[in-house]
Amino acid sequence: MTTNTFPALSLVPKADGPQSAKDFKSDQEVRWCPGCGDYAILSAVQSFLPDLGVARENIVFVSGIGCSSRFPYYLDTFGLHSIHGRAPAIATGLASSRPDLSVWVITGDGDALSIGGNHLIHALRRNVNLKILLFNNRIYGLTKGQYSPTSEQGKITKSTPEGSLDYSFNPVSLALGAEATFVARTIDSDRKHLTEVLTAAAAHEGTALIEIYQNCNIFNDGAWEPLKDSDTRDDTMMRLVHGQPIRFGKDMQFGVTRAVEGHIKVVEVSSVGEEAILRHDAHAKDPGLAFALSRLANPRTLQNTPIGVFRDVERPSYDRLLREQVASVTEKKGKGDLQSLLNGNDTWNVS
Amino acid sequence: MAKQVVKLSKVVIRFAGDSGDGMQLTGDRFTSETAGLGNDLSTLPDFPAEIRAPAGTLPGVSAFQLHFADHDIMTPGDAPNVLVAMNPAALKANLKDLPRGADLIVNTDEFTKRNLEKVGYSSNPIEDDSLDAYNVHAVALTSMTVEALKGFAVSKKDAERAKNMYALGLLCWLYNRPSQGTLDFLRSKFASKPDIMNANIAAYEAGWSFGETTEAFSVQYEIAPATMPAGLYRNITGNPALSLGLIAASELSGLPLFLGSYPITPASDILHELSKHKNFGVMTFQAEDEIAGIGAALGAAYGGALAVTTTSGPGVALKSEAIGLAVSLELPLLIVDVQRGGPSTGLPTKTEQSDLLQAMFGRNGEAPVAIVAPQSPSDCFFAAIEAARIAVEYRTPVFILSDGYLANGSEPWLVPDASTLPTFEPNFATGPNHTAADGTEEFWPYLRDPETLARPWAIPGTKGLEHRIGGIEKADGIGTISYDPDNHDKMVRLRQAKIDAIARTIPDIKVDDPSGEAGVLILGWGSTFGPIGAACRLVRTAGANVAQAHIRHLNPFPSNLAEILRGYDKVIVPEMNLGQLALLLRAKYLVDIISYNQVRGMPFKSDELAGVITDVLESL
Repeated sequence: MTTNTFPALSLVPKADGPQSAKDFKSDQEVRWCPGCGDYAILSAVQSFLPDLGVARENIVFVSGIGCSSRFPYYLDTFGLHSIHGRAPAIATGLASSRPDLSVWVITGDGDALSIGGNHLIHALRRNVNLKILLFNNRIYGLTKGQYSPTSEQGKITKSTPEGSLDYSFNPVSLALGAEATFVARTIDSDRKHLTEVLTAAAAHEGTALIEIYQNCNIFNDGAWEPLKDSDTRDDTMMRLVHGQPIRFGKDMQFGVTRAVEGHIKVVEVSSVGEEAILRHDAHAKDPGLAFALSRLANPRTLQNTPIGVFRDVERPSYDRLLREQVASVTEKKGKGDLQSLLNGNDTWNVS
Repeated sequence: MAKQVVKLSKVVIRFAGDSGDGMQLTGDRFTSETAGLGNDLSTLPDFPAEIRAPAGTLPGVSAFQLHFADHDIMTPGDAPNVLVAMNPAALKANLKDLPRGADLIVNTDEFTKRNLEKVGYSSNPIEDDSLDAYNVHAVALTSMTVEALKGFAVSKKDAERAKNMYALGLLCWLYNRPSQGTLDFLRSKFASKPDIMNANIAAYEAGWSFGETTEAFSVQYEIAPATMPAGLYRNITGNPALSLGLIAASELSGLPLFLGSYPITPASDILHELSKHKNFGVMTFQAEDEIAGIGAALGAAYGGALAVTTTSGPGVALKSEAIGLAVSLELPLLIVDVQRGGPSTGLPTKTEQSDLLQAMFGRNGEAPVAIVAPQSPSDCFFAAIEAARIAVEYRTPVFILSDGYLANGSEPWLVPDASTLPTFEPNFATGPNHTAADGTEEFWPYLRDPETLARPWAIPGTKGLEHRIGGIEKADGIGTISYDPDNHDKMVRLRQAKIDAIARTIPDIKVDDPSGEAGVLILGWGSTFGPIGAACRLVRTAGANVAQAHIRHLNPFPSNLAEILRGYDKVIVPEMNLGQLALLLRAKYLVDIISYNQVRGMPFKSDELAGVITDVLESL
């Protein structure tokens, strides 16, 4: 792997030699429930990390609290399992002060969007060099089954026997609204797609938010089933590919077009003609179309759910700007001299 | 006509005016000139939380008190000898503190019917007999300033605003302060606005000339320089001193300084100060909230920085969970709490010492942390270095308990020689520290140093030391997750023992008892050092014996504290809370404590404390 593939990792030391997925497996027994979607993500990440080509000791995984946040224990990198919702804040301090590290945040829908919502949006707008993997299973797992900020309204759970009253967050819409420079969505069971998205995120300088639709087979089994079932998925889900027309369906019969009123909508391609189908532009400066795409899905039926990279644009990362400011002030004023600082500008002598 | 010159040994001046009148600036300038003259001094700004309360009202009054003398002094003074009142509100708010016979300089222009009514004066106190007890100097400061600035290219409003410089000029004449520093200051401050600069300089000079020529002031005062140890001095305020201490600690340890902070009164000035010194490699991060402030600092500490978060009491409450995580992760982290009046929002701009128990116990579980408290504005510098030493050597969060009075108060400071400051080493882990049964070399993140009980600080990027840690209980030594009951019991005790072990590196507490015969000890902590010391002097001057000791390390306590407490018949502990240190002392040492408490948002007055001491002495 060269620095050209992952410009965001140009300051991170390279691995001495080739690495394998095995190198990234820790000696800890994995303790998720059998059948949990987290296993697939862990396996995909362990296989993907060698591709980065960076020294294992320069990779850090920071997590919050929740089932997904146990993730760092199972990777043989540096790992920090912190407190509920705060992983983006902790990772911000680490990434800002250590440009030689590749810093990853593991979080869930409760951790990132409920208790940690504030840290998530501010990390995104600052564009700190972090890659945030948000495991979204639309439920609280570790506390045994309460509704989460991404649960569909009306959800019956232990804490909402009559149905939840809250309207849900759409994490991709939220991230785009929070000035994120990289926003993507993928699915735990689609290893190839998951790996592609991780690769794109790793190459991005700044904060990347990757929402991973993840199945909790204990408390919310089948939450993403329409996107996974081979009978339904092709007609339900669209794959966004930069530069390609946005089309989906078993026979690619559906596409996204702009209506005369200005909004976008899903249509049968034959009804409007191929030239009317929008092409996906992940690098568009304006996030408007990415946002519109994030609104297409029906939160209840999941019809018209896009996956892939919604947005991937360049903006200097916070940590780069911080380093540059320190460097430019140091160049202007000269390296600080402690004695002069202590003396200050207004002294007198007593003899 | 040459005026009479009277020599004084000390003076307490209070400048009081509307929040927009520039009283803090006036006080700062007078202080700076006074410091340069070699007087010892101590200052106390007292301002409202509102940035600009309605003009002319009591809530909008801002004051600055300065005590300066030809000998060493310990407090900003109990009561002013001179009150400068820029409007009726300033007079009304401050008159109660003015002793009979004191000088009172009032700006008559502001004593209009409307302004008098605003603060409930039914008649003009300058004209009736209500100020007969004072030596009143009625001066039309505003109109004379405007008159002096005729012909200057400034608006009437800007001319009126320069009245604080007119007042400063007058006071500088009255107390024979030099002008050069103030003139240089004005030239630099208003460099981009030459008209404003010229107007302020002219106003200052007009105030000075008015003093020299008017018959309203017949006497000019001189206060000789104080005898102080030889060396280079500067005046310093607590928050900047603390900031310099943090930068020094960064240099002394070779660790980059990282501050994660959220703005809060009265701690924000530390963020402001540190953000000015990026050429020392200082990284400052203004976070989205208090929790992110400490979170980012903790992340930086994990990465090997000297990490700091700065806040006040309400912010500490928000940071509690993250402090607990730092206790569990055993990483170096400085938590600066510039205490203010509480609970809740409380008194944001006033001082209090009521966060001691929050610092000690304000977390879930057994979560001990070290606590250091500076005793004066300049001592904030040394307290910061000491706290950083403890944090780094013991891999622990350390509280620095400053307060609003220390933060904004100032005093002359004998500038230390940077080359004599104590260095300390991070000693990062560099390789395996344990051999497994099969001979494999391993790294155990919780294998402790037998002397300090500190764990290794193994920062990311160190080959072979990859490990995972978190807030879940860890197995002793190996550091993997452990829910084992015996292990948890052991880890809780180890974390406590580590904090207790810090006492071995803390200097013994020293008692000041010139007589060697005192039966009563006054024991304090934090910013009460000055008022307690001044009170002890008053008592001794009156012929009685009293001992003073001050606690700098509040957790763990110095090793000889038990012995000291048992050496006196009575121990008085004055605190600006309801007895928090007293509670700790009673609990730990089973000694009786006379707890004397005030929570008025202001430092103790020394004559009041002297009265408390005298009462106890007489009861023996």
